[in-house]
Amino acid sequence: MKLNSSSIHQLRQKLAAGELTSVALTRACLERIAATNGKVNSFITVCEKEALAAAEVADRRIAAGDAAPLTGIPLAVKDIFNTLDVRTTCGSKILDNYISPYDATVIAKLREQGAVIVGKLNMDEFAMGSSSENSAAGPVLNPWDLQRVPGGSSGGSAAAVAAGQVPATLGTDTGGSIRQPASHCGVVGLKPTYGRVSRFGVIAYASSLDQVGPLAGNVEDCALLLGAVAGYDPADSTSVDTPVPDYLASLKEGVKGKKIGLPKEYFIEGLDPDVKKAVAATIATYQQLGAEVIEVSLPHTDYAVACYYLIATAEASSNLARYDGVRFGVRKDAGEGLIDMYRQTRAAGFGDEVKRRIMLGTYALSSGYYDAYYLKAQKVRTLIREDFFAAFEQVDLLLTPVAPTPAFKIGEKVNDPLQMYLSDIFTIPVNLAGTCGISLPCGMSHEGLPIGLQLLGKPFAEAEILQAAWAFENATDWGGKFPEL
Amino acid sequence: MDSRYEVVIGLEVHVQLTTKSKIFCGCSTAFGQTPNSQTCPVCLGLPGALPVLNRQVVEDAVKTGLATNCRIAPRSIFARKNYFYPDLPKGYQISQFELPICEHGWLEIETEEHGQKKVGITRIHMEEDAGKLLHSDGNSSSVDLNRACTPLLEVVSEPDMRSADEAIAYLKQLHPIVVYLGVCDGNLEEGSFRCDANVSVRPWGQQELGTRAEVKNLNSFRFIKQAIEYEVERQIEVIDDGGKVVQETRLFDADSGVTRSMRGKEEAHVYRYFPDPDLVPLVVSDAWVERVRGTLPELPAAKQQRYQGELGLAAYDAGVISAERPVAEYFEALVALHNHPKTCANWVMGELLRALNENGIGIADCPVTPKLLAEVLQRIEDNTISGKIAKTVFGEIWQTGKTADQVIAEKGLKQVTDTGAIEGIVAEVIAANPGQVAEYQAGKEKLMGFFVGQVMKASKGKANPGMVNQLLKKKLSE
Repeated sequence: MKLNSSSIHQLRQKLAAGELTSVALTRACLERIAATNGKVNSFITVCEKEALAAAEVADRRIAAGDAAPLTGIPLAVKDIFNTLDVRTTCGSKILDNYISPYDATVIAKLREQGAVIVGKLNMDEFAMGSSSENSAAGPVLNPWDLQRVPGGSSGGSAAAVAAGQVPATLGTDTGGSIRQPASHCGVVGLKPTYGRVSRFGVIAYASSLDQVGPLAGNVEDCALLLGAVAGYDPADSTSVDTPVPDYLASLKEGVKGKKIGLPKEYFIEGLDPDVKKAVAATIATYQQLGAEVIEVSLPHTDYAVACYYLIATAEASSNLARYDGVRFGVRKDAGEGLIDMYRQTRAAGFGDEVKRRIMLGTYALSSGYYDAYYLKAQKVRTLIREDFFAAFEQVDLLLTPVAPTPAFKIGEKVNDPLQMYLSDIFTIPVNLAGTCGISLPCGMSHEGLPIGLQLLGKPFAEAEILQAAWAFENATDWGGKFPEL
Repeated sequence: MDSRYEVVIGLEVHVQLTTKSKIFCGCSTAFGQTPNSQTCPVCLGLPGALPVLNRQVVEDAVKTGLATNCRIAPRSIFARKNYFYPDLPKGYQISQFELPICEHGWLEIETEEHGQKKVGITRIHMEEDAGKLLHSDGNSSSVDLNRACTPLLEVVSEPDMRSADEAIAYLKQLHPIVVYLGVCDGNLEEGSFRCDANVSVRPWGQQELGTRAEVKNLNSFRFIKQAIEYEVERQIEVIDDGGKVVQETRLFDADSGVTRSMRGKEEAHVYRYFPDPDLVPLVVSDAWVERVRGTLPELPAAKQQRYQGELGLAAYDAGVISAERPVAEYFEALVALHNHPKTCANWVMGELLRALNENGIGIADCPVTPKLLAEVLQRIEDNTISGKIAKTVFGEIWQTGKTADQVIAEKGLKQVTDTGAIEGIVAEVIAANPGQVAEYQAGKEKLMGFFVGQVMKASKGKANPGMVNQLLKKKLSE
């Protein structure tokens, strides 16, 4: 079988029918990783031994007729998730040697289901970045064009799916970190509503924005993986105790009669012509599928990037204080005393972008600046959230581009942080609003690079955006494409 | 005290709560365990760990707020206080800043100069404690995080106190309250009840406050008084020498009795407080507050009033007995069995507390239960034994756990109330001491004590003292 284009759905059927074992499937994934990781650098850690052991257990479970939907399916997770016994680096030198004594809640859920975790995926250090170039493990390369970035920060999670290394992965999305790489790599990625998935055990970047979500080759697999990890977790005070619907059961309900809004602020000057064209074409598709498409306004969109870079960095400056060399991680100590140990450890352990954001956030929270920056940003955040709620009174969904351009070249924006920050201009607002969004392939640029479509939904309306995404995927040929590697 | 200056004192008290588990994780709060044995990813501040608020801590905060006349905030917010220190695992302390759970409270104190006076309580907030640094010889220190994340209430007073004595009076109101409520064990030495004093002086009549120094490391009431008095004198001296008081933190050194500068304002931390995004706003409903109010015990001040008013105790006695909840509860149990409050109070404050002190045990472990003691008092009341013999009986019960009646019977301590028997002894004593009899009859009435003593001695203490007096008077005047 052609593994790198198989969906979880197909693999499940083969496993259930006894045509394939999880061990064989896991081996095939490990081989594919071995063959391609040198090109894309999507994995930081491959855990072959642990994966094969889990596959054996899964095979016994399948044989016993006790299979859960993900039993025996090889998956990989962003290296931001704490995993018992396998190192968790978060793409940082400061956690180079770090082995967590516990599993993140979502990892525990995957293990309970019998999923086979084959490794930990590369990412921007501490999830700070839009290109996956800021990693202690080196940059991730886009499987569609190895000269280009895969997007970030969950670049490894998107690239691994696009490269056919695993059928699906978990990432995190703080300002677009699932959706933007999904778009650049031609896969499907979903950022759930804040509180839908537990953050316990997920290394924090910006706590009020971080959310865990799935990336996969198709919408159905995305729905399946979301269902497996979603749900209330008493260990995460910000997770919400609301039932998880059966996303697969409602997947094919279509969009007939739905109202889709086009926020006019998202169709701006400077939008890449190919992106503009591809996204415009989706409108006609949805109309043909029976949806009504109207223009709406999210008037405070312009302030979203600035607002985000104050709130996210403020939270990050505090969240990253624990990397002090005292209890875990890499310590640099020349024996010059405590303060010197802190300085050396953090100077050597953090990369430039992380340092930049810690400094930004520290500044934003400093007395004398707090009101002008952090507090003001919180007020703007409220306005942005209200924009979305007002729009969702008019429409069921919003349709936008994911990123202003297709994947850019490696190194192109490294020295221009502001340009880099603007690549998240369409994905950031929904994190500030706390609602959900999905990115799915909707076209190809003239250079053969994937282009993504973003659908945004009301709080906890993941089922609805999945339905709309599935309807589009089924009505067009843009999904399920894999590059030659 | 220097009469030119007015002293201004505000106190910050850290009350360590007695919850079984920590404020943001399930680890035990037990004291004195192997270092770092009571830790988990949350209180170690490991990557990815998240706090979950302990409900009991909220209850304890609400209780304390209600007992100190605070307004309980329907919505309060946890904030991060950011600073680096090895005993602070996350690099920030989760505390409350802008919206604490309790505000606008007060306690009433008794002052020598002004009588009753209210001391305002600005706020009470919940927070987590830090760990402990263990400094060994040489160059290294170790960190014990068992205490990290244990729950504290910080009770912040208004700068309403005008002397060390007033500060102590305030603390002596607050301390029994938290102990009564059962939210704190009240142990100052172990740091369960920690006080920092903000001390400043200003010329009389000046409106604005003088520059304050914050004095830390005060682990007994005596040290607090000593430290405040030292600090006041020091500040006045600085001003008299033409200097300026510097805003700073000072540590009290109990050995030398002085305060020493710890860090100046230049080095003062900028804490960059902001709301903790890992915790949702805490909503305390009116129903919850009322439910907690329903569980509040009668507090020491109310008890003292009741003991004076209803039970007729002297103010001092009422104060001593109500000061500690277990003593008050013992006393109340005793009065319930033997309805003579004054006698009960005398015995509790006298024999009972003396014996407890001598044996170094708390009233909870007292071998003489209220029931056993009530029987002793009953036997005094019905003239079976005298008050003096009762002390012997009490001592015997303490040793053996037997009842008063058992002890009286076994030891033959029953009081002699038979007139004939006492008359016999009186006659013997009079016959044996003709000289003293003559002197007495010549007007030296003081000798009555001598005769009583002789009779009591001859009866081995068992003769009823009243009857002895009466019969002696009668015989001697014949």
